[in-house]
Amino acid sequence: MDFELSEDQVALQDGVRSFCDGRFPIAVVRGLADSGGVDRDRWRELADLGLFSLRLTEAEGGAGLGWADAVLAFEELGRALVPGPLLWTHLLADRIEGAAAGQVVVSGIERSDPSGIIEFGQLIDRLVVLDDEGVWVVDPATLETEPVEVLLDPLTPVSRLAAPLPHGERIGDATTAADLRLAGAALSAALELGLAEAATDLAVAYAKERHQFGRPIGAFQALKHLMADMFVRAELARSAVYAAGVTLDDPSVGSVTRAVASAKVTAGEAALGNAKTCIQVHGGMGYTWEIDAHLLLKRAYVLEASFGTRDDWSDILADLVGAAG
Amino acid sequence: MDLRYSASDERFRAELREWLGDTLPEVADKPDPDDWPARRIWDTDWQRRLFEAGYAGISWPIEYGGRGATLVEQLIYLEETTRAEAPYVGVNFVGTLHAGPTIMAEASAEQRDAHLPAILRGDEVWCQGFSEADAGSDLASLSCRGVRDGDEYVITGEKIWTSFAQVADWCELLIRTDPEAPKHKGITWVMFPMDTPGIEIRPIETIVGSSEFSEVFFDEARVPVANRVGLENDGWRVAMVTFGFERGLGFVSDLVETDRLLSELVVLAQKVTRRSARAWDDVALRREVGHLRAEMDALWAMTKRNLSQAARTGVPGPGGSVVKVAYSELFQRITDLAMRILERGGLARQDLGDWPSGRFVEERLRSTSFTIAAGTSQIQRNIVAERILGLPRE
Repeated sequence: MDFELSEDQVALQDGVRSFCDGRFPIAVVRGLADSGGVDRDRWRELADLGLFSLRLTEAEGGAGLGWADAVLAFEELGRALVPGPLLWTHLLADRIEGAAAGQVVVSGIERSDPSGIIEFGQLIDRLVVLDDEGVWVVDPATLETEPVEVLLDPLTPVSRLAAPLPHGERIGDATTAADLRLAGAALSAALELGLAEAATDLAVAYAKERHQFGRPIGAFQALKHLMADMFVRAELARSAVYAAGVTLDDPSVGSVTRAVASAKVTAGEAALGNAKTCIQVHGGMGYTWEIDAHLLLKRAYVLEASFGTRDDWSDILADLVGAAG
Repeated sequence: MDLRYSASDERFRAELREWLGDTLPEVADKPDPDDWPARRIWDTDWQRRLFEAGYAGISWPIEYGGRGATLVEQLIYLEETTRAEAPYVGVNFVGTLHAGPTIMAEASAEQRDAHLPAILRGDEVWCQGFSEADAGSDLASLSCRGVRDGDEYVITGEKIWTSFAQVADWCELLIRTDPEAPKHKGITWVMFPMDTPGIEIRPIETIVGSSEFSEVFFDEARVPVANRVGLENDGWRVAMVTFGFERGLGFVSDLVETDRLLSELVVLAQKVTRRSARAWDDVALRREVGHLRAEMDALWAMTKRNLSQAARTGVPGPGGSVVKVAYSELFQRITDLAMRILERGGLARQDLGDWPSGRFVEERLRSTSFTIAAGTSQIQRNIVAERILGLPRE
């Protein structure tokens, strides 16, 4: 047993982080709101970096890596608030032609989702639909949707279905749909983890620099303890998210559903808890558009509603332990 | 990242499990919690069995008679002994996990030979004389005086929260030998024999009515200078040397306990019927249990990360404070939830038919200490904020 990152994993993490620092600094990310969150050139750069093909075999043009590696990469994307339907495009890279290379942008939805909300609906090339029978792919041009003018997250544009979803073409069975839900939850937990860490860093940096009563506000225990809690939440989430990645790769080490549930619950707690605290630590400035804290909170809500909420996964977990008890 | 146990780890686990299976039935029934002489006999009997089987001092180096087990083996040891409900380290706690390792690191060869084998065999019981009424979280402000008189220190003052003082042979004692020096620089670490004239032990009755802690009063009690470990006035450093001794494994037993309590809570909720439905059929309650389970599993994963980090670097990560903050509050939330399930059944601190209210009410009360002992949650948060996040001191 060695739960530390391997050298290759550290290199992967560093690589994705420096790519994000260079190509997705927060000023660029904010600017992407004008292009609906996805800029095709930058999307292809993400593909060139291997983010969508990461887990494909080398013969398929991928890197032959596993879920444990994928969660590390997505943690970095989450930290940088990189927008776009990253999860769905990554998850379907082996089933939808052109997704791995960044030519085809894929989003997805649960057929039973009562909100009818589709993320990035105006930009995507394919829409994937999950239901009890399997995985379906729909041409977005055939959808009847109405635009949503006022958004929660300026970097996550959404539209709303105005008519029932077409059936689409079946590309996977019910087991595949279930596997995608598990993997999607693990990767969205990884995004939440990165976001939670970004929130801690932002709050701590501000608390060291902002002075009141003649000293940095980070010296006051009332604030210090808020930030210690941010760190604790993120570390719990990190442990659970990495364990979920490892368990997806090797289910002999534990229950995949249980590991993923633990990751999605604790990462949701960390992302939302830390984003809210980040605003609080910033005081009045946290309430402004200028400071990035609001982008973290808004994205945290997007991710919380992606691939199952904390409540959904808590219920699943309770059913698992209740049946065992 | 790899969470598989190696073949040799699995062998270690299988052998230990077999030994526990053979040995535990031979262990006498647990004595009354307030019968301290009986508790000493029971705990040291277990220590002697561990010693004879080669499991005593699992984390101690082989050169000092320990097993020199790897960190993963130590994790397995703690998991298996806790799961098998083997006796806890009990009165051997200070000797095996604190005073012993301090002696290993800082004492002379003669002092090591005099104490380490006796601690491992369960022949010597130690207690800790660190905290004082006015020196709790701010331990370095302690004031129990040790005045040099020839080749003796004359000790006057008081200590508090001393566990097992009633039955200990020795006390690892911090005394103020230079009141003029800055507070960290005037402290000395001595091995104090508990049969020395001039001390008085007064047990403290706790929130659950138990008596594991005592106050110890020193009135010109004399201890030879030869009992000092390390240099005079260097005792703060000596005491701190072993605070990281367990290298991130310090809370593993507590985590196994927390995990077990959470599983028992599910059983409780399935057993208790109220307003004509099982408590477990309450969706809100079940969701809360799921949430607690998610955090519990994350804590296990965190422990494995801390351990892997310590195995690679030789030093524990600062993860200890993080684990402590998280598990202690998690445990309290579990016991709070149990009280909600028990409702009026929680008015009894004893089992009611097949309702284990004795266990849960006791744990609810006992766990109030978890966020206080071994560094309060507030002190732990200061440590996280200052040492990890680099925030300035207040």
